[in-house]
Amino acid sequence: MDGQLWYIGLAALFGLFMAWGIGANDVANAMATSVGSKALTIRKAILVAAVFEFLGAVLAGGAVTSTIRQGIVDSSLLADTPELLIYGMLASLLAAGCWLLIASRNGWPVSTTHSIVGAIVGFAAVGIGVEAVKWGQVVTIVMSWIVSPLTAGFIAFLIYSSVQKLILRQEDPLERAKRYVPIYMFFAAFTITLVTLLKGLKHVGLELSMTQSYLLAMAIGVLISLVGAAVIRRIEPNRKIDKKQHFYTVERVFAVLMIITACSMAFAHGSNDVANAIGPLAAVISVAKTGIVEGRSAVEVWILLLGGAGIVIGLATYGRHVIATVGERITSLTPSRGFAAELAAASTIVIASGTGIPISTTHTLVGAVLGVGMARGIDAIDLRVVGRIFVSWVVTIPAGALLAIVFFYLFKSILP
Amino acid sequence: MLVNIFGTSPVQPLEQHVNIAYQCTKQLIPFFEAAIAGDWEKAKEHRAAVEQYEHEADNLKKEIRKHLPKSLFMPVPREDLLELLLVQDKMANRAKDVSGLVLGRKMRIPDAIAKDFLLFVQRNVDAAKQARKSVRELDELFTTGFRGAEAELVEELVEELDRIETETDQLQADLRAAIFRIESHLDPVTVIFLYRVIELTGEIADMAERVGRRLELLLSH
Repeated sequence: MDGQLWYIGLAALFGLFMAWGIGANDVANAMATSVGSKALTIRKAILVAAVFEFLGAVLAGGAVTSTIRQGIVDSSLLADTPELLIYGMLASLLAAGCWLLIASRNGWPVSTTHSIVGAIVGFAAVGIGVEAVKWGQVVTIVMSWIVSPLTAGFIAFLIYSSVQKLILRQEDPLERAKRYVPIYMFFAAFTITLVTLLKGLKHVGLELSMTQSYLLAMAIGVLISLVGAAVIRRIEPNRKIDKKQHFYTVERVFAVLMIITACSMAFAHGSNDVANAIGPLAAVISVAKTGIVEGRSAVEVWILLLGGAGIVIGLATYGRHVIATVGERITSLTPSRGFAAELAAASTIVIASGTGIPISTTHTLVGAVLGVGMARGIDAIDLRVVGRIFVSWVVTIPAGALLAIVFFYLFKSILP
Repeated sequence: MLVNIFGTSPVQPLEQHVNIAYQCTKQLIPFFEAAIAGDWEKAKEHRAAVEQYEHEADNLKKEIRKHLPKSLFMPVPREDLLELLLVQDKMANRAKDVSGLVLGRKMRIPDAIAKDFLLFVQRNVDAAKQARKSVRELDELFTTGFRGAEAELVEELVEELDRIETETDQLQADLRAAIFRIESHLDPVTVIFLYRVIELTGEIADMAERVGRRLELLLSH
């Protein structure tokens, strides 16, 4: 195809830009609670985030990428004009990236997923025609944006309520915590592994049957909880501080658990959000290479690697500052509360990305935090800010769409 | 950013505030010792400390109020926390009022009741101290969602606070009776103000008791 190198080069550049932005801003949500509760140092948090974001992106990021790439625009209408899809996807990437940059400069809590979906719908509906948008799929995606925070909130409520009942409200919370926390660890590791395995790891050369998947997830769950239990056993109560803060040592036990849920959260985030950057990139590459729109091939692994790398670079260059600032201010989310929110959000996100639906990790986590709050777990939640997050929910879609339309016409007029 | 949804937690500041209020009332002990000894220079110093703490408590109170907007979603009603803050603050206010009155009039506590009076002050300060001990459980209460073993612990602390308050009531009645027996030998204006001093001092334990009531109210939600 003419200008193939141009297209691929630009798409890779914009895709990297957006992946960088995701790593720079979004990852803080996943890791900051662990840093704030001193479960992890910043250096370790970045390392953990880098490894698990990358793993999430590469192992589990494929399904959502396919949806972003093929699920929103009805590409059969573009069979004769494949370059329109390329312009559109380039425009969407640049629009979403710019909007994220504007938003994070102003401290607005916007969702990367909403930006990119808004942008793709915008260019397709205006640039090509309203009939080019697969509205059924779009409705499903938007519905998931309502359902996923509710689900995460509900799960978080249940988890935190169980923590209160089984551990915190008992006479001997420390012994109880040492007994029950490994079970939560098993639950976290088992869920994340199982969902990832069930979704399939064919693209990395691993094919397992249903039974094998369950057994492997079970084995990893047991392994993690055994290691966790061994670490927990070595925690000695600090009687002096415990006298003033009765839950000091108990929280240190939960801090170990939180390292595991933070890994889950980073994995979940990688699996869902990397697609926002590389979905359009994958679309451009497949069209530019073959000249045909209907590319049914799986997303190539090197594209997932590129997305994962972009996130890690964003994390290392800018994300560490965000994690440090957020971590300092997030102290009210102690490990016993933070783990509940993270585990609920991570499970919801991994399940959603298993079905290929791109949801907003930010909003899912907000839902989970509110769930812990409903279980009377959080000192104070500012409902004004929650309101603002909902407003940004609504504003981001037209903003992404508008920018995408502008860039689409720009590319159409200047690119070959 | 996500972190902004966490409002400023009122828990630590409330615990800080009750500590300052207690420190304020505690100054009354050396203050009255000096006043009874007639050492007004020293009494003045302790009165300055009382004022200093009261001022500090006042500022912290305003700061806490400022960070408790109506938009906060909390496990307990905001009004109850504000009310708790108010009664905590009143412990410090009473300490300031009574020390101001005594210093301003250079009041001598009659020798006949001096010992009992000092015990009375001590027990009122003890009530404030018990109130501090109870409020310091607030962070644990928030962690457990105001239920279970921690809630029972706080109930016990508040019961002890009630016992101390009842004791101060008894001491107060005894003091009044003692003044009544000697009041014919005293200047009438002095007598009036003596009753006033006892009343104001006794209100410290009353306020401490109300701190306990407020905590119980939080438990019942």
